[in-house]
Amino acid sequence: MTQSALQRHTYDVLVIGAGGAGLRAAVEAREAGLSVAIICKSLFGKAHTVMAEGGAAASMGNVNDNDNWMVHFRDTMRGGKFLNHYRMAELHAKEAPDRIWELEMWGALFDRTKEGKISQRNFGGHEYPRLAHVGDRTGLELIRTMQQKIVQLQQKDGREFGNMEAKIKVFAECTITEIVKENGKVAGAYGYWRESGEEILFEAPAVVLATGGVGKTFKITSNSWEGTGDGHALALKAGANLVDMEFLQFHPTGMVWPPSVRGILVTESVRGEGGILTNTNGERFMFKYIPDVFKDKYADNEAEADRWYTDQDNNRRPPELLPRDEVARAINAEVKAGRGTEHGGVFLDVSKRLSPEVIKKRLPSMWHQFYELAGVDITKEPMEVGPTCHYVMGGVEVEPDTAAAVGVPGLFAAGEVAGGMHGSNRLGGNSLTDLLVFGRRAGMGAAEYVKKNSANPVSDATIKAAAERIEAPFSRTGGENSYSLHAQLQEITHNLVGIIRTRTEIEDAIAKIADIRKRSKNVTVTGGRTFNPGFHLAFDLDNMLLVAESTAKSALLREESRGGHTRDDFPAMSNKWRQVNHIASFNGSEVTVKAQPLPMLPKELFDLFDVHELEKYMTPEEIAKGGSN
Amino acid sequence: MSGVFSPTRAKIEERTLRTDKWWLEPAITFGVLISFVIYATFRAFEGANYYKDHLISPFYSPCLSQACVPEATIGGWAPVSAEIFNFALSPALIILIFPLGFRMTCYYYRKAYYRSFWMSPPACAVAEPHKKYTGETRAPLILQNSHRYFFYMGLVFNVFLTYDAIISFKSVEGEWGHMSVGSLVLLASSTLLWFYSLSCHSCRHTVGGRLKHFSKHPIRYKIWSWVSVLNHSHQKFAWYSLFGVAFADIYVRQVATGAWTNFYFF
Amino acid sequence: MARKLNLRIWRGDSKNGELKDVQVDVNEGEVVLDVIHRVQATQMGDLAVRWNCKAGKCGSCSMEINGKPRLACMTQVASFDENETITVTPLRAFPVIKDLVTDVSFNYKKAMEIPAYEPPKDLAPGEARMEQVDVERSQEFRKCIECFLCQNTCHVIRDHEENKKSFAGPRFFIRIAELDMHPLDILKNRKRTAQEEHGLGMCNITKCCTEVCPEHIRITDNAIIPMKERVVDIKYDPSRMFAGLLKREKRD
Repeated sequence: MTQSALQRHTYDVLVIGAGGAGLRAAVEAREAGLSVAIICKSLFGKAHTVMAEGGAAASMGNVNDNDNWMVHFRDTMRGGKFLNHYRMAELHAKEAPDRIWELEMWGALFDRTKEGKISQRNFGGHEYPRLAHVGDRTGLELIRTMQQKIVQLQQKDGREFGNMEAKIKVFAECTITEIVKENGKVAGAYGYWRESGEEILFEAPAVVLATGGVGKTFKITSNSWEGTGDGHALALKAGANLVDMEFLQFHPTGMVWPPSVRGILVTESVRGEGGILTNTNGERFMFKYIPDVFKDKYADNEAEADRWYTDQDNNRRPPELLPRDEVARAINAEVKAGRGTEHGGVFLDVSKRLSPEVIKKRLPSMWHQFYELAGVDITKEPMEVGPTCHYVMGGVEVEPDTAAAVGVPGLFAAGEVAGGMHGSNRLGGNSLTDLLVFGRRAGMGAAEYVKKNSANPVSDATIKAAAERIEAPFSRTGGENSYSLHAQLQEITHNLVGIIRTRTEIEDAIAKIADIRKRSKNVTVTGGRTFNPGFHLAFDLDNMLLVAESTAKSALLREESRGGHTRDDFPAMSNKWRQVNHIASFNGSEVTVKAQPLPMLPKELFDLFDVHELEKYMTPEEIAKGGSN
Repeated sequence: MSGVFSPTRAKIEERTLRTDKWWLEPAITFGVLISFVIYATFRAFEGANYYKDHLISPFYSPCLSQACVPEATIGGWAPVSAEIFNFALSPALIILIFPLGFRMTCYYYRKAYYRSFWMSPPACAVAEPHKKYTGETRAPLILQNSHRYFFYMGLVFNVFLTYDAIISFKSVEGEWGHMSVGSLVLLASSTLLWFYSLSCHSCRHTVGGRLKHFSKHPIRYKIWSWVSVLNHSHQKFAWYSLFGVAFADIYVRQVATGAWTNFYFF
Repeated sequence: MARKLNLRIWRGDSKNGELKDVQVDVNEGEVVLDVIHRVQATQMGDLAVRWNCKAGKCGSCSMEINGKPRLACMTQVASFDENETITVTPLRAFPVIKDLVTDVSFNYKKAMEIPAYEPPKDLAPGEARMEQVDVERSQEFRKCIECFLCQNTCHVIRDHEENKKSFAGPRFFIRIAELDMHPLDILKNRKRTAQEEHGLGMCNITKCCTEVCPEHIRITDNAIIPMKERVVDIKYDPSRMFAGLLKREKRD
C-alpha cells in the first residue's frame, strides 16, 4: 500500500467496538460536543450484545421496593467472591437504574409491570427481582435503542452541519490492528477495511476500547466469531495491563455437537427437570463425584435419585443437581478418562424420564432452539454437552471513575474488555448494565481527556511500521494457514486451561501456546485482499494468542479455586489469595504476570456487610481494620 | 438491464434459482380466479334463474331492479329502472360492483392477483417481467385506498344476504319453520361472508387498529383482539367465502332451472 | 456419520463471477453455514461470507439458498434431499462485494432517513409509564434482527434498482409503524412522510417480506397494512379527513 493512497480520518474520540459499551461511550462523547468514530468488525448492530437474553440488572425497585443500590452492590461483591474492584461495583450499582431509564427516553420498550413501570425479573444471585427485560431479547433491545439514538444524533448533526456524518460516523467491517502512540500517549489507531482490505488510519487523541470478550480463544464457546480478544491484545500491545485474566465464566453444559449449536448453553433447568448425565459406556457417572460435604444432601443411588423428582421430602437430590463447578469437574474428569464422546462431551438426556409433551411444555425454548437450529429433538435423543466458554471477567485494568486504562494516557476501556467490575465471577444481568454504566463513563472520561490534551499527530515512521505488519502475511510463502493454527490453539486452551485446571496442564499449555505463537509468525494467506477471511483470521489469531498466554500465566499463579478459576490441585478458596489481583503485561515478546494488592473496601462499603459474612472472604487482620479508612 | 441483472449485482443468469415448484401457487390462483370471473360474468349477464321458492342467488341480492322477479325483491321494492340508456341491464350488474370492489381492493386478493395475474412478482425471489414499477402510488391503483368504503358496503350486503338466508327457512308455500338443503347453502354462504368481512384488514383498523393507546379503550381493544384472530385467517375466509357464494349461486341456478330438486329436511 | 454434499457456491466480485461446484463433508444436524465454514477452512481459504452469532439472533449470514433468501445458520442441510445439490449465492438485491458478501449499506442509509423517536418534552427519566398492551405491537417490530432478507426479497427494489432512492423497504416500514404505535412518541407526521417520502404506496402487499422473515414478524399484516390504513385516514378517506379538520388537535 502506498502512502498517498492511505485513508486518513481525524476524530476527537475513536470508539473501537459497537456493542453496548461502545455505543454508549460514543453517545456520551458526542453529547459532550466531540466528534466520534465508531469502528466495528461486523456490520453495525450485530455485536455480541444482541445475544444477551436474561436482562439488565438495575435496582429500580419496581417489583420489590426493598431493592436499592446497596443490596445490588452486596450481591455483586458476593457473586465476584470479593475480588471485584469495589469502586466499580459501587458505581455500577448506583448508576444502573439511571442508565436503564435513559434508554427508555431513547425509545426502548421494556416489558411492563401492572403500574406501567419497567418490569423486573428474578435471576441467580440477585436478592430481589432486578432484571429489566424484553422477553428473551434484552440485549437486542439495548443495541437497537442505542443504534437508533446514534441515528438521532446524526440527524441532529445533519440539521446543524448539513451532513449527518459530520460528527459521528460508523466505520463498519473495519478491523483495528494497532493502537498507535506518539510521545507516550495515544495518537490514534491503524487498521484495514475488511471488505476491501485497504488500510486506514484514524488520528484521535482518545481511544475507547469496547471490543467485548475472548471466547473464540476456546474450542467451545457461546461467543460469536468477533470474540477474539482484540481489545485485550490491543491494550497489552499499547502498554496497558490486563487484570485477573484467569477468571473466565464457563458453563458446564454447553452443546458440543452438532456444530450448528456448538457452544449454545443448555440451561440448568434441563437437569432440574430430570436430565441425566451419562458417559459413552452408558454409565450415569455423577454418583462417583459427590464430594463428602454433599453426601447427606445428594442421592448415592439411582433409585433414590429417581424418587426425588416425585418425593423431594423423603429422598436426596440427584447428583446431576450438584453445584456448577462440581458438575463441570465430573464432566471434565470423564472426558479426560476417555469416556467422553469424540467431540469432547458427555450425554445429557431428558427424553428418558419425561414425555415429549412435558418436555415441550417445561423447556419450550430449549426444545425449539435445538430443533430449529440443528434438528436435534431433545424429546427423543440425548444432547452432547460439555463445558462452554461464556464470559471473561478479566480485562484491561482501568480507573473506575473514568474507565481510563492504567498506564496509557488517552486509552479507555469499557464493557467485557475491561476488568475488575465482576471480580472472579459475574452475576447474570450485570453485564448489560456494566456496558451502559462504564460505556458512559468511558465516553465521559475520553471527553474530559480530549478537552485537556491537544491532538497528537501520527508520524510517518509509525504508519510505516503498522502498514508493514498488515502486509506481512501476504508476502510470506510456505507457512501454515491461520484456520488450522486457530483450531490447535482452541484445542490447547480448552483442554489445558479450560474449566478445570491443574499446574502440570497449565504449564503444558504455556509451552504449547508459545510454540503456536512461533509458528504463527509464519502464517501465510492465500487469495487477495478483498474480504478475505483467512487474512482476517491471521490478525485475530495473534490477539487470541496473547489472551491465551495471559490467561494461562495468570491461572498458573493463582493457587486456589474461586469463581471462574478452578484448580483441581487447589480446590479451596483462600482468603490470602483474595488480597491480590493478577496483572498481565506485555514486553513485546512475552506476557508477564505479577501479583498486585487489591484495593481495600472503604469503611462505608465495608459496613454494608455483616462481619460474619466477610469472615468467609477476608483474613482476621482485614476484618479488624474494618475498611480502608 | 435492471433488477437482479443490474450491473452491480452478482452475475447470475437465472431469473431465479428456486428449485421448488414456486409457479404452482400462482398458477392455481390464476386458474381458480379466472374460472370464477368467467362464471360470474356469465351469470351476471344471464339475468335469469336466480330465484326459486324463497331461494335467491347471492349474485342477485338485493334485487333492486324493476326487471327482478317480484318475489326476489324486498317486499316489491324496485327503485332501479330495468333499462339504462335503452340497454337492458341484468339486476346483478347493478349491485355486483360492490362485492366485486370489496374483493378487488382486499389486501389478500391484491396479493393473490398481483402475483398470479400481473406477476409482480410471480413468487418471492423470482424476477418479475416488468420494466417499470410504481406500486399503488398513482391511478388507477391508488384507488385501492378505497377498500374501507367497500368494506362498509360489504357489511350492508351481508345484512341482505343474511336476510335471504333467513327467508330460505320457509316452505315452498311460504310457511316458516322449514329447512332445505338450499337454506343451509345460503346460511353457509352468508356466514362465510361475515367471517370474510369481519376478518378484513380495514375492519381491524377501524375497530381499534388506528388507536395509539389500547389501554384507554379497553372495549375496542377486546374487539380488535378478536378481529386480529380472525384476520390471521383472512386468506382462508377469502377463498371459502368465494367458493361459498359461487356454490350458492350454482345451487340456486340448478334448482331454478329444475336440474336439481331442493330437498327439504322438514 | 459424515457424508458428501454437493454444493454450488457463487464466487466472484462486482465484475465477474460464477457458480463453483464443490464437494464437502457434512454431518448430521449441520446447517448450511457449517458446511460453508468447512469449505472455507479446507478448500477455499478466501471464501467471503458474513456471519456472527450462528444462532439466528444477529442476522448477519443472509444469503440465498436454492434461490430463497435465508439465514445460513438457520437452514438445516437435512431440510434438503440427500442427493440434492445446494446452491448458495449472495443476496441479489444488493451490489455484490465478493462471493457471498454484498454491500448492504442501502439499508443503513435508509435507517438514517427515518425520523427518530421523539419523547414528550416534559418527561423525566424514570417517570415514563406505559401499559403492556400499549407496547406489545411495537415490541413485535423491535424483534427485528436486521438481516435485511425482507429488503432483499422485496421486488420493489430487487427488480427495480431505480426505486431504491424513493423506497425505504419493509424493514423500515416496521420501524415507522413501531414509532407510530409507540405509546410515548409525539412526532405527528409519520403517516404522511411514510407515504410521501418513504414509499409506503409502492408496496403492493405481495407479502414476500413476511414469508422470508426469520423472526416471524408479521410485517405485512401488522405493520405495512396498518400503516396503509393510517395513511388512508389522513389522505384518502374523505369522511375522516373532514372529521380531522374539525378536531385536528384531538388524538387518541
